[in-house]
Amino acid sequence: MDGSTIFIKILLGIGLAFNVLGVVALYRFPDVYTRLHGTTKCTTFGSIFTSASVVVYSISKYVTTGDPRFMTFTIHVIIAIFALLITNPTAAHAIARAAHKSGIKPIGIVDKLSEEKAGEKFS
Amino acid sequence: MVIFLASVIMYLLLVWSGGSIPLNEVVIAIALGGIITYACRSWSPGLYRMTALRPDRWFKLLAFIFGPFLWGMTKANFDVAYRVITGKINPGIVRVQTSLKNVYAMTMLANSITLTPGTLTVEVDQESGTYYIHWINIKNVEPSGKDIYGSFEDWAKKVVEE
Amino acid sequence: MSVFSFAFLILSLAILAMSGRLIMGPTVPDRVVALDTLNTFVVATMVILGALFDSIVMVDIAIVYAALSFVGTLFIARYIEGGF
Repeated sequence: MDGSTIFIKILLGIGLAFNVLGVVALYRFPDVYTRLHGTTKCTTFGSIFTSASVVVYSISKYVTTGDPRFMTFTIHVIIAIFALLITNPTAAHAIARAAHKSGIKPIGIVDKLSEEKAGEKFS
Repeated sequence: MVIFLASVIMYLLLVWSGGSIPLNEVVIAIALGGIITYACRSWSPGLYRMTALRPDRWFKLLAFIFGPFLWGMTKANFDVAYRVITGKINPGIVRVQTSLKNVYAMTMLANSITLTPGTLTVEVDQESGTYYIHWINIKNVEPSGKDIYGSFEDWAKKVVEE
Repeated sequence: MSVFSFAFLILSLAILAMSGRLIMGPTVPDRVVALDTLNTFVVATMVILGALFDSIVMVDIAIVYAALSFVGTLFIARYIEGGF
């Protein structure tokens, strides 16, 4: 039980907690947009933390064994993290726009976008 | 040019395994980069400019990612966690006018908005730079940019448009 | 490493729970949201499996899966939107 194992456990715990919160958000929130809020943020953050624990694990393996395979492993995991970080918000944005264009009204007190579109139709 | 360099560096990173890189891998990387650049030539002419390669921009981008962006993301997650547990929401779509012109600055700001507290970009008007943002906890109906994303607009300007 | 197998168990349960929303979601965008989240979980699970079995190939597949699922989500969103 050295320092890196404890660090890995802490990172994994944070990541798993946020991932599970993402699932809870998907069941609790009332409409598409609020669900997107919960899932996009929580799962991106959680997946980054679980992957970061894998990075710490492979770096500690590299330090103890000196095998260059673990260095490759680290680089590939970091590339995967950046892929998630770039693609996730873009996909969320695309889904939100598609949902709005297909005519799903958001639950809430104000909807500026629908007002703008209605105004354009009249004029 | 940017696409070429990005694809070459990506390939070499995926191939690299601790030691030195053999010459045939470099040749394959350059050939694949050329093919990809040729296939993407009709996208945007801005991708071919060399100004995107200035190193100070990359340092600013890194400073942005590891400074205010990471802090905002952490805050966002605890905020969303609080709302998931208590179920207190007050959602709606608001309009924000920004002064950004560049497409890449807009993309960067939209992605940053999506990952920061309680906001989600729904639609962007490219000509006027108007953002339509879904806000999970509305405080006022006609907000300014500062209320929603803090200093991110200035950062996007600093990184891309200077 | 037993920590990683525990994480794998939790993430698999999360994926199962996610398919519940995928089946019962009232509208089509709800299902797309569930699918997108499921893809993120699959990528995280693959990275953890790569650490569990010490295999780099798993992580490579995770990168490719992330890119392909992103393109798939974009196409489904475009299809819901209607009109190009």
